[in-house]
Amino acid sequence: MYRIGIDVGGTNTDAVIMQGDKILIGVKSPTTADVMSGVVESLKKVLLETGIDNADITAVMIGTTHFTNAVVERRSLSNTAAVRLCLPAAQCLPPMVDWPEDIKEAVGGHYWMADGGNEFDGREISPLNEDQLHKIANEIGTLGIDSVALCSVFSPVNDEMEKAAAEIMRKRLPNASFTLSSEIGRLGILERENAAIMNASLRKLSAHTVGAIGEALKSINLNCPYYITQNDGTLMSAKFVQEYPVLTFASGPTNSMRGASFLTGEKNAIVIDVGGTSTDVGALVNGFPRPASTSVDVGGVRTNFRMPDVYSIALGGGSIVQGDDPIAVGPRSVGFRIHEQGLLFGGDTLTATDVAVGLGIANIGDPEPAKKLGQDKLLTIKALIDEMIVNASERMRVSADEIPILAVGGGSILIPDRVGGLTVIKPEHFSVANAVGAAIGQISGEVDRIFSLASITREEALETARKEATGKAIAAGARPESIELLDQEDVPLAYLPGNATRIRLKVVGDLDG
Amino acid sequence: MTVKQLKNIELNDMKNIALGGAFLGTGGGGDPYIGRLMAEEAIASKGPVRVLDVEELDDDALIIPVAMMGAPTVMLEKLPRGDEAIAAVEALQNYLGKKATAIFCIEAGGLNSTIPIAVAAATMLPIIDGDGMGRAFPELQMVSMTMAGVAACPMVMADEKGNSIVLNAVDNLSTEKFARIITVEMGGAGLIALYPMTGAEAKKSILRGSMSLINSIGEIIHSEQAANRNPAIRLAHDLNGICLFEGRVLDVDRRTEGGFARGSCTIDGLGPDIGSQITLDFQNEFLIAKTADGKPKAITPDLICLLDLESGQPITTEQIRYGFRVIVFGLPCNPQWRSEHGLELVGPKYFGYELEYQPIEKLNLAQVSQ
Repeated sequence: MYRIGIDVGGTNTDAVIMQGDKILIGVKSPTTADVMSGVVESLKKVLLETGIDNADITAVMIGTTHFTNAVVERRSLSNTAAVRLCLPAAQCLPPMVDWPEDIKEAVGGHYWMADGGNEFDGREISPLNEDQLHKIANEIGTLGIDSVALCSVFSPVNDEMEKAAAEIMRKRLPNASFTLSSEIGRLGILERENAAIMNASLRKLSAHTVGAIGEALKSINLNCPYYITQNDGTLMSAKFVQEYPVLTFASGPTNSMRGASFLTGEKNAIVIDVGGTSTDVGALVNGFPRPASTSVDVGGVRTNFRMPDVYSIALGGGSIVQGDDPIAVGPRSVGFRIHEQGLLFGGDTLTATDVAVGLGIANIGDPEPAKKLGQDKLLTIKALIDEMIVNASERMRVSADEIPILAVGGGSILIPDRVGGLTVIKPEHFSVANAVGAAIGQISGEVDRIFSLASITREEALETARKEATGKAIAAGARPESIELLDQEDVPLAYLPGNATRIRLKVVGDLDG
Repeated sequence: MTVKQLKNIELNDMKNIALGGAFLGTGGGGDPYIGRLMAEEAIASKGPVRVLDVEELDDDALIIPVAMMGAPTVMLEKLPRGDEAIAAVEALQNYLGKKATAIFCIEAGGLNSTIPIAVAAATMLPIIDGDGMGRAFPELQMVSMTMAGVAACPMVMADEKGNSIVLNAVDNLSTEKFARIITVEMGGAGLIALYPMTGAEAKKSILRGSMSLINSIGEIIHSEQAANRNPAIRLAHDLNGICLFEGRVLDVDRRTEGGFARGSCTIDGLGPDIGSQITLDFQNEFLIAKTADGKPKAITPDLICLLDLESGQPITTEQIRYGFRVIVFGLPCNPQWRSEHGLELVGPKYFGYELEYQPIEKLNLAQVSQ
């Protein structure tokens, strides 16, 4: 029985086949503009080279930074209508208030505030106003916007207003997709609303991308189930990702860190993942990515997702080197077009990879065009790249302990043997660590429902929820002895009788087999 | 530590002030982020806020403090309409028949450290460099003005629906009791203007230099973070603080009750504290830190702050989540709170604990001597 792990990055699409804990093969192919042909290409390669029969593949796990990149690079984002149900409260800070101007523009910056919303105890701030919502829907329709993010005050406590408003607006906007903030976020209206708006702006891209992946698998006769990894390293169904692309946001770093830990056996380390466009630096603590304790910005937008603590810099194998004095590496990258535009492949753009190749550090493509720049200039650029890497890793290093640095990702040829006095380990299959991380994606079991604490204690309710979640994880294929509690949260619902509380709890375990 | 005296609050000062305010918020008072955004909007449109030393005021000047009252968890969700606090100030001015000379911050911690700046900017009034707590406390009578005999009333409360209510209660504790009931009716939070005082009263009652202090604390946290050092070490040194415990959040039990966010948080030890546990009780702010066998490590009114283990970023009670890696950081309170009258107002007995107050330095002799 075999599993395939795929990582669709901004530059490369990687694939691995695993049998139990063994990696049988890992390959890289360029990411294509249509996503699909790159996925097909890498799948064909791994299957052909191993000779494994398609029918023996039990599951395909896919990790993708496609949606994060879209937000970071402000591209492929749809015009989105943000509708907040709150009036007369919450007018002081309108939707997208603290967003960088460029991303606000990329999603259109359209927002409306309407009657509605609840108090903490479930009372209405004001009732929904159907006429007002019709009018807003008409304006949205006139603007040609077909993705709506709805956010109601206190919707994690009571989500009925969001649902009702979506129903009302759907009549006027039959083809629009609706993202309800209560389905993706938690308490904290600005952060939850931000996540909902970003999700809404990605719906078209996700429908396209997830559809393309499904077709890619079908086109080469892979009919096993396929999953996509989310922020916390667990797996989601394709349908779920289509609706909630925002949940994949930090899956790239999570996959690369879990993959790096798996490949090296190291449990405490700094992980540097150099891709084509950017470098992510994170920390492993006891084998798990260290979570960020405070709000995390995605592309400059504040969110409150549970995410790994990652420091990203715009440095990758495809980073464009420009200028003379001063020289700049990045932030722009040729990305997957390195195979056409990089000097080493006969193009006319000087990239970070060209510098490594010109200095003989890496052995790919043609080193001659880079060499023409002269050894001195190449060394100056290399020193600048080294400095960027050292600074980033120092940021994540929090103790004087001699922990190793695990260098992974296709661009990790840029990383020297020692960084800031720490030893660098480049494991076998280092370039496909993300795909390995996806292949070892964990199965989760979740409970999110209301418990009455009239006749049981809070501890008993949490225990019941935990058992239920564990049962779900095992039923979904998790190995019982590997199951651990990942997250638990309870929100007391003061408005319901009988001491009601909403418990959200998630356990994870390794996929059996 | 040397505190740089603030003269003006400009747009780019707000990040430091909000961070320092989050630190002195001792887990409560709400995340100053929302107040920061409001202040930034107001400063961007009306210009910087002048900061006055209380000695610069005439004895008969009118000073009006403003604040948010209620459960910070509510303010995180139900943002203000925006002009409630200004409406409260105007209503109080009308009631008194006199215009305010300056705005004042009664609580140099949490959301209430930044909301008065937003109001000062919007009304183009100066703000006084001081506060009434030297930290955040959950109830309105817990201020130095009460110790000095200044009345909280007349007080005005305003909500987003346009309600404004003038209170005249017999003493500051009664004001708290009545006002708390009204905040629940207002949806768990309201904006207030209270403790109207003369310059003379302010000079004898306020704690001085608080705005400059939170600005400096914010600067330290930012600069230590930028240098990749945990700010807790430098803060412990500069503020005579103590790192009480390191660990991972095991459980958070919280509820919105009687107009407060109440609950407790259990932390499992890491590093030097591996194998032991600590529990923090909170009523908006952290009140008590105690070990698993019930031994207190810090007792209100001393400050208990929760910081991210790696970045030193302050964490408010509503942000705490399972699995967070944290430092429990303790700080001696302003000496006036350790007097008999001070402890009556903000000591453990007031919050219902059968516990004698003991200064944090005494409870942690081992750490202090290090």
